[in-house]
Amino acid sequence: MSGTEAGAGHGAWNTLRRGLALSPRLRRGLPVTVALGLVGTLGKVLVPVAVQQGLDHGLRAAGGPDLHRVVQIVSVTAAMLVVTVICQYWMNVRLYIASESSLADVRTGTFRHIHDLSTLHQQAQRRGSLVSRVTTDIDQVSQFLQHGGVAVLLSVCQVLVTTAVMLAYSWVLTLVVYLSFAPMVFAVRWFQRRLTVLYADVRVAVGAMLAAIAESVVGATVIRAYGIRDRTAGRIDETIEANRRSRYRSQRLAVFGSQFGELSAAVATASVVVVGVLLGVGGPGGLGQPLTVGRITAFLFLVVLFVQPVQLVSEVMNEVQNAIAGWRRVLDIQDTEPDVADPGFAGVPLPEGPLDVRFDAVSFAYPGGPEVLSTVDFQIPARQRVAVVGETGSGKTTLAKLLTRLMDPTQGEVRLGGHPLTGVRFDSLRQRVVMVPQDGFLFDATVADNVRFGRPDLTDEQVRAAFARLGLADWLAALPAGLATRVGERGEALSVGERQLVALARAYVADPDLLVLDEATSAVDPATEVRLQRTLDTVTRGRTTVAIAHRLSTAEGADEVIVVDRGRIVQRGPHASLLADADSVYAKLYASWLEQTRSA
Amino acid sequence: MLGPGLRVLARAVRDEPAMFTFGVLGSALFAVMTVASAYVVGAVVGRVAVPSFAAHHVAAGGLALGAAAILAVAILKVVGIFGRRLGAGRMQFNLEARYRRQVTRRYLDLPVAWHQKHATGTLLSNANADVEASWYPIAPFPFAVGALVMLVAAVVSLFLVDWVLALVGLALFPLLFGVNVLFSRAIAPRVARAQQLRAEVSAVAHESFDGALVVKTMGREEAETRRFAERSEALRDAMISVGRVRGMFDPVLDGLPSLGTLAVLVVGGLRMRAGAIGVSDVVSVSFLFTVLGFPVTAIGYLLGELPRSAAGWERVSRVLGATGEMDYGAAHRTGTGPAVLRFDGVSYGYEGGPEVLHDVTFEVPAGRTVALVGPTGSGKSTIGSLAVRLVDPWAGTVSLDGRDLRTLAADALSRATALVPQIPFVFDDTVRGNVTLGRHGIGDAEVWSALRLAQADGFVAALPESVGTHVGERGATLSGGQRQRLTLARALAGNPGVLVLDDATSAVDPRVEAAILDSLRSAGGTVLVIAYRRATIALADEVVYLEQGRVLARGTHAELLATVPGYAALVTAYDEARA
Repeated sequence: MSGTEAGAGHGAWNTLRRGLALSPRLRRGLPVTVALGLVGTLGKVLVPVAVQQGLDHGLRAAGGPDLHRVVQIVSVTAAMLVVTVICQYWMNVRLYIASESSLADVRTGTFRHIHDLSTLHQQAQRRGSLVSRVTTDIDQVSQFLQHGGVAVLLSVCQVLVTTAVMLAYSWVLTLVVYLSFAPMVFAVRWFQRRLTVLYADVRVAVGAMLAAIAESVVGATVIRAYGIRDRTAGRIDETIEANRRSRYRSQRLAVFGSQFGELSAAVATASVVVVGVLLGVGGPGGLGQPLTVGRITAFLFLVVLFVQPVQLVSEVMNEVQNAIAGWRRVLDIQDTEPDVADPGFAGVPLPEGPLDVRFDAVSFAYPGGPEVLSTVDFQIPARQRVAVVGETGSGKTTLAKLLTRLMDPTQGEVRLGGHPLTGVRFDSLRQRVVMVPQDGFLFDATVADNVRFGRPDLTDEQVRAAFARLGLADWLAALPAGLATRVGERGEALSVGERQLVALARAYVADPDLLVLDEATSAVDPATEVRLQRTLDTVTRGRTTVAIAHRLSTAEGADEVIVVDRGRIVQRGPHASLLADADSVYAKLYASWLEQTRSA
Repeated sequence: MLGPGLRVLARAVRDEPAMFTFGVLGSALFAVMTVASAYVVGAVVGRVAVPSFAAHHVAAGGLALGAAAILAVAILKVVGIFGRRLGAGRMQFNLEARYRRQVTRRYLDLPVAWHQKHATGTLLSNANADVEASWYPIAPFPFAVGALVMLVAAVVSLFLVDWVLALVGLALFPLLFGVNVLFSRAIAPRVARAQQLRAEVSAVAHESFDGALVVKTMGREEAETRRFAERSEALRDAMISVGRVRGMFDPVLDGLPSLGTLAVLVVGGLRMRAGAIGVSDVVSVSFLFTVLGFPVTAIGYLLGELPRSAAGWERVSRVLGATGEMDYGAAHRTGTGPAVLRFDGVSYGYEGGPEVLHDVTFEVPAGRTVALVGPTGSGKSTIGSLAVRLVDPWAGTVSLDGRDLRTLAADALSRATALVPQIPFVFDDTVRGNVTLGRHGIGDAEVWSALRLAQADGFVAALPESVGTHVGERGATLSGGQRQRLTLARALAGNPGVLVLDDATSAVDPRVEAAILDSLRSAGGTVLVIAYRRATIALADEVVYLEQGRVLARGTHAELLATVPGYAALVTAYDEARA
């Protein structure tokens, strides 16, 4: 992503165009908004015209100031001015409504899309940066649309209208003004190229600073335990200082760049006076157009109107670039095809009743990595309870992810109830197949709300009954506020093992036909685990259960054990029969397990 | 309403007097030159153009002088802009850096108990967005001060020209100022609400993406999207309400000076007819009103930003004012070998919560290993935190070699104790950096020997740059078991007097774990180990059995097995299951 950011100039238009295409509500009614903007800018040239008219036909009228005429001119102008103010207001409000409404849609759409991405993509992107996609990135676009965007739009209008009025007065002086600003156009382009680089530096510096600060907060315990406060402070200070420097550098260049406008305006003003007076007095009426004091004065006012837009545009450059960068990051996410896609209505629902599982020559490799599963074939009949065991890195978690279609195999096919998983509708799949991941993530809510996450219709009583059936009524009763106990951010008010208990209850009440447990009780104490195992055996009777197990106690009770070693299935069968071969992978795993757990 | 915001500005001036002066001087120069430019234009028109047209002869000298004056004023104006914007920028960025340092310093000094009560996201936004919001008004600050100077200069100059024309200015300027104040009043509550909603949108996204796996596996994407959309739509409505006010402000502020210019034409005509002023005066004053409009809006922007700044500062100062950091003593350990760790009648509870540990007493003799065993949620990890003084007990003492931990100096404490937590934390650094953490006296030899003890030397040697390999944010390139072994090596490298292992090898394969335990045993340090596994417990000289925050029994594994039913049930659970 940083690669594309560096070339921000290139493809910026493309990004803008695609960004606009993403938000159709932004374009709805745009012609009216632009028309209002044009009328609004007319208000700006009203004053110079009134000054010219007032000077030439009123104040400097032949025979002394003609006040009646002046009042006429001023009243008409004032009335028109009020109309233009109303138009500007109207345009602003329309822009706010259009931009906020369309961006709210983009925000929600992107949020949804991120949830649709596979776990693979969700992990590849840092969590924090995913959050930015739906918050700060879009805020930057909105800031730009409402502030910089309006400014740019109005500026273009203002330059056009001003030029038209100038031309009506004198094409020679118009040329003089344009020539005065010509060098600036080149200078601004050079500055913008440099600025693009510096603004990219700023973004990098901000990212590094945030990462350093985040580390000091998340790692608070370690920092205290090892007394490395000063070292951490030093690391943070470096990034804060780098951030300060980079921001000042880019601002300095921006200031220098924008002053070309001010100087060009002065050159234009001086040239208009000199050329105007010389032509008006000496020449043949300004080469066909009579130059009067009023017209020359009007030009001086018009030059001010001419330079304002240029100033503004250079001031909003940073906003424009931030917006483009933000928009591009949002587009990048939107462009990421969910590689694990819901077939939707084209798909089929899973058949009723318990599900059988079938892996047909399934291989899997993470992008750019070696194969972690190699042509795995197996079948699990419906209602079986199967344990998958193997050492860390053997591929057993990958197997669980393929089974629940969190990822798709690189080769081969997974079938549930006879249907290829890729053809099963997600609403059916997620309802019938539930996985309990090792990391029992909880939402910052009560225990009860977390349990009914997948089944919001459950009452407190039903949740309580679920805990009771799992044999966890005692544990629940010991919580400070029972079901209403708040679990804190990510469930951190509970211990790791307790979080797993809630996560298990959450999966249990979802009432799936295929339950996949990925080391779901790894942090629970042995007594509770064994008890859970027994109750799970009863409550899951009649369903298919696949348990990925680190502790072999799970395997001992299973109908069948599948042993995974280096991406292949090396053994399968009931616990007892697998032990028969003393040299087998399972026998060795079991021996070391026994050694660890045997009490006597 | 503006009071708190103005106090933040006052603080900024106190903190950065030099840059503030620089910016205001530049801004004042800009202001005076802006007023001057109007009179130069007026003079050029009235004194050069009008006579030239009247006489049909160009006064070349006057014309050249006029052009030179226009350029000179413009150059001085540019100098003023440099001073103003560079001064303001430097001031703003310096303040941001200064308070980011202060805020992060508090993060490092406040105790773990404080951190537990504050969400990571909030702390990050305190150090980033809130600091930024506090000093955001600094950018237009010198400009706004300059605009005030400009208004004064304009009024003075107007009186020098003609007192009647000055009255037009006297009517207009307070009106401009009043509109600015009105605007900031109207916008402040709306902006505050939008800020609040923005934080809520971010919080929902944060939590939802953190729990993405759960959302996905339970098929709750639609419900989560609805939850998010609700917040996002509230934000949209709040922003539109901000837009209605802001959308009114700009055109009105633009239009008022124009109306002033028109009034000048009428009043100027009256005065010209009375012979009080000339054309050049009318041109000067109407031009003045035209160039004045823009700087005056700076006042509005400054006032409009103040409430947000005050709100940001309020959150920043809450961090700066937070107390509760631990006081450390001055005592040092004598000697460096294994220490004696003792808990004496220790009670503890999390702030605002009930007591979770009750009267805990036990001892880990020097060079011995004690296992802490108990069911899920019995308070084992809390004891671990107390043992290395991440938190202080409510009652009772934790001591090392007979010294209360609270009397030890901070560096002495961190050298004497080491905790390997359940969930490993790895820094975005090299393997070497993660093991040494910059502590003195830990060279590559010590790093490797610690890695060997932790059974981590094998995988580290296989990394592309060995101990020099960067492991990524939170050690993202390592597996869970590897991260655990790395943090274990970190603890061992300091050769601590007491080592506390909080279920620190849960993600490590059984065979590797056995090897780790063997090497720990042969190293002969004082170890408090929180564990369930029989093999780990077997390593212990003594077992402390915990239930619901109380020490229920102490003794050897065999003794407890024979006499404590709860303990027996826990450790023989697997045997029972096998039976």
